[in-house]
Amino acid sequence: MAQAPEIMLSCRNLWKVFGPRPGYYFDTAGYRIDPDALAARLRREGHIPAVADASFDVKKGEIFVIMGLSGSGKSTLVRCLSRLLDIEHGAMEFDGRDLGRVGGRELTEIRRRKMGMVFQSFGLMPHLTALENVAFPLKLRGMDRAAREARAQEMLDLVELGGRADALPTELSGGQQQRVGIARSLAPDPELWFLDEPFSALDPLIRRQMQDEFLRLQRQLKKTIVFITHDIMEACRLADRIALMRGGRIIQIGTPAEILLSPADDYVAAFTAEVALGRAIRLGDLAQPDAAPPEGAPLSARAPIEVLLPALAAGQRRFAVEGGRVVEAAAVLEVLHRDARHGGTAT
Amino acid sequence: MTLPRLTRAEMLWVLLLAASVLLAALAHVFPVLRGFPAGLTLPLADWANAVLTPLVEALRPLGRLVSAAVEGPLEAIRAALAWLPWPATVLLVAALALQAGGRGLAVFAAAALGLVVAMGYWPKAMNTLALVLISVPLAVGIGFALGALAHRFPKLQPALVVLLDVMQTWPAFGYLIPLLLLFGFGPTAGLAASVVFSIPPMVRNTLVGLRGVPPAIVESALMAGATPAQLFWQARVPSALPQLLVGVNQTTMASLSMVIIIAIIGGFDDIGWEVLSAMRAAELGRSLGAGLVIVLIAVLLDRITRGFAARGRRTGRRVLWIGAAAALVLAVALAGQDLLPGDAGQRSLRRLDGWLLDFVAWSAPFFGLLRNAITYGVMLPMRLGFSGSASPMVWGFALTPAIIAAYALASLALALWLGRRRPMRGIAFGFAALLVWTGLPGFPWPGVFALAGVACWRAGGPGLCALALAGLALAGVSGLWAPMMQSIYLCAVAVLISFALGGALGVLAAESDRFSALLRPVSDALQTMPQFVFLIPALMLFKVGEFTALIAIVLYAVVPPIRYVEHGLRSVRADLVEAAVQMGATPRQMLWQVKLPLARPSVRLGLNQTIMAALSMLVIAALVGTRELGQQVYVALSKADAGAGMIAGGIIACIALVADRLLRTPGEAPGRTD
Repeated sequence: MAQAPEIMLSCRNLWKVFGPRPGYYFDTAGYRIDPDALAARLRREGHIPAVADASFDVKKGEIFVIMGLSGSGKSTLVRCLSRLLDIEHGAMEFDGRDLGRVGGRELTEIRRRKMGMVFQSFGLMPHLTALENVAFPLKLRGMDRAAREARAQEMLDLVELGGRADALPTELSGGQQQRVGIARSLAPDPELWFLDEPFSALDPLIRRQMQDEFLRLQRQLKKTIVFITHDIMEACRLADRIALMRGGRIIQIGTPAEILLSPADDYVAAFTAEVALGRAIRLGDLAQPDAAPPEGAPLSARAPIEVLLPALAAGQRRFAVEGGRVVEAAAVLEVLHRDARHGGTAT
Repeated sequence: MTLPRLTRAEMLWVLLLAASVLLAALAHVFPVLRGFPAGLTLPLADWANAVLTPLVEALRPLGRLVSAAVEGPLEAIRAALAWLPWPATVLLVAALALQAGGRGLAVFAAAALGLVVAMGYWPKAMNTLALVLISVPLAVGIGFALGALAHRFPKLQPALVVLLDVMQTWPAFGYLIPLLLLFGFGPTAGLAASVVFSIPPMVRNTLVGLRGVPPAIVESALMAGATPAQLFWQARVPSALPQLLVGVNQTTMASLSMVIIIAIIGGFDDIGWEVLSAMRAAELGRSLGAGLVIVLIAVLLDRITRGFAARGRRTGRRVLWIGAAAALVLAVALAGQDLLPGDAGQRSLRRLDGWLLDFVAWSAPFFGLLRNAITYGVMLPMRLGFSGSASPMVWGFALTPAIIAAYALASLALALWLGRRRPMRGIAFGFAALLVWTGLPGFPWPGVFALAGVACWRAGGPGLCALALAGLALAGVSGLWAPMMQSIYLCAVAVLISFALGGALGVLAAESDRFSALLRPVSDALQTMPQFVFLIPALMLFKVGEFTALIAIVLYAVVPPIRYVEHGLRSVRADLVEAAVQMGATPRQMLWQVKLPLARPSVRLGLNQTIMAALSMLVIAALVGTRELGQQVYVALSKADAGAGMIAGGIIACIALVADRLLRTPGEAPGRTD
């Protein structure tokens, strides 16, 4: 990449602790905290370090997925970023401000104009119609009725729910409810978009549809996204980069291919073992710049490597990928070999 | 037969039982152990008056102010309802009913109100309605504010819960005199009592509703940029609205119930007063007619408010506006004309008297039999005990030492046999045998203190224990020991009968859908009726007396066990029932060994509610002649003795609170079988 992209949200050494007196452990400034030792001490003394020493940057326009099993602290972390929870320690910079320290009116304003959030259990107001729900954040900031309803209708059209504007949440299916939730979170045109396990409550088939829908929206809107999930397949499908959490700590940050192909430790390796690499690794992950790409139309960098299988079987050795790059058959075969050791790609 | 090893708790209960038996035996020799010694009483009522009188004096200007502020709107509403020609009012109510519950309810509303008009009770019914229309908004407003406050500041909640319990259990008659002194003689005192009594359900429902708002809704509102006020009014309150409307429904019903009871102070010419004066004049037809009017109003108010609670916000208002407009047109067109049908309705109700008297005379043998069976089979043994009631005249034999020894031995043997596996069963039986011997009021008072103290300590800790002992001491020292024991006895008998009857009905209803469908409207109606109404049939069939009071209490208290037992049995998990069927359980085994044990929390709550219902009915039942605390409250009211009324009422509240806590916290009360 030629130039370093702008950083939208920067987090350093975030801590969130639940317990009787979390503040006690962070009241001395000026000395370096050994995260593992402190986390162990907190646990010993009846506290839960839900987020321990999390540091990461979210770049403008990327999909940053935070992934972990339940109890790993991922939902707590996103609530710290959106300030639904207050952090004990650390620094969060967003939009030139110290996000951890803003409060009152200023925080409300940031939420009204710069942040959007989608919730696992939708969080739709039961007494409002789909349209009113989407218009709700605009109503809170005092936009007049005609303007906010026009904008809400636009958002509903965007999520292809324009025809159900007058339906109450109880009259909508789970997938439709979450579309309303997505439309609502996008209504103020936020810069930073949080999605907290948005598709986990949905059936697998609907989930898949919603993921495609989400990718389509993102191609159109180019938001900066923090996406929470416990589903490694979902993470690999959607993420530009993944942060993997365990016990409150971030144990690896990287692109899906980095996480899958060079896991930081055994836990990550075990976690990713189920993933069918043939489907999860994309051509772009293996492509190398090459002065003389082979003949033929270049393939999409986002396509999974399994699309090459027929051509590989036919004996082709080099494949052109968009951006003047080339994928070597050897690299693909190496990945597929790893897959075979884990029990095949047929998942 | 080997006895199991006893746990320390069981040892304690065995020791208590032995001590109680010893005390009971000694009580024959030392009468001081029977009733609370008269030498220990203090003039508590006078002291209470000495405190209350200056307090009320000091607050009186404020009271007059409130009185003036309330009586203005009350008079206005009353005048408006009196001015509105009845067809307009009926139309308006029918439109409301149509909006709330559909066509069926609208037809019912029109028919019910038409009947009220025909019976000649319209003006009185409208006066009652005026009281309700003032009292409900006050109670709802205060209750909502308190609930919201407690939700915002959770530290207030424990204190608030206690306050609500006291407000609901302290009989209104008990604090009516200070209220009368404070607000002056007029409807305000009654209204204040009604508001006090009907605030708690609103507070509770507000709290439940606000607490139940899903966190995702709160979070999404915050992320949408809601300020604290927006979060409360635009997210929390609308999400909690269904529960808040349930609160409005319950508050309305409580308010109506109390408004009718409070009629006892008179002066407002409402329907409660009508029932009371008809009952005093022994005019069965009139009291039955007025009672029917109360029931109709209650059912209407209940269905309409409940309909709105179920429908929520999203209903068109057009029907309502059309109805209101039509009513207004009618009102203007008919204003000033006397449209009420005169006293034809009243005359026919009087004619009903004769038929009713004939019916009572005709059915006397049956009801006499019932009365005797319960009096001799349940009430006398509980009141006087075997030792008190066994005389050659009643039972055909005298208590000789041999018979006493035989009773003791037989009880001991049975207790041991019952307790061979589960010692608590044996111990519970031992206490029961002792109670049947001494009778509840004759149970030695130190034993009552010890038992209540230990049971409360074990179930609810030192706080509950202190409350129970304080209540007992208050009763003893103020010279109300005997009435208190009478209260507990009457309540115990009523609960026993209600729970046995209601529990059996609940089991049947859980087993048979058809029976359940048959029973539901009956228990709905019973539950909706203001307590006052239950006195009417009881009085009609059984004349004045303790047995009549018992019947009234049972009629009122029989609903909770039906409801809770049926609900508990029906909500047993289907997979467990399937598993039991697969293992070859017969229907009987299924009921006793699977469903009832699993439904225990619900059954226990049902018992709790039965006791609460019985206790709250006690004071009202006192109107038909009892000898217990309720009667003391009533006597104090007629003598305008504020202190005595407060103390007797306080003891009842104490009993209710202790009984409630004992059954709410699963602890080691005697009779627990696990």
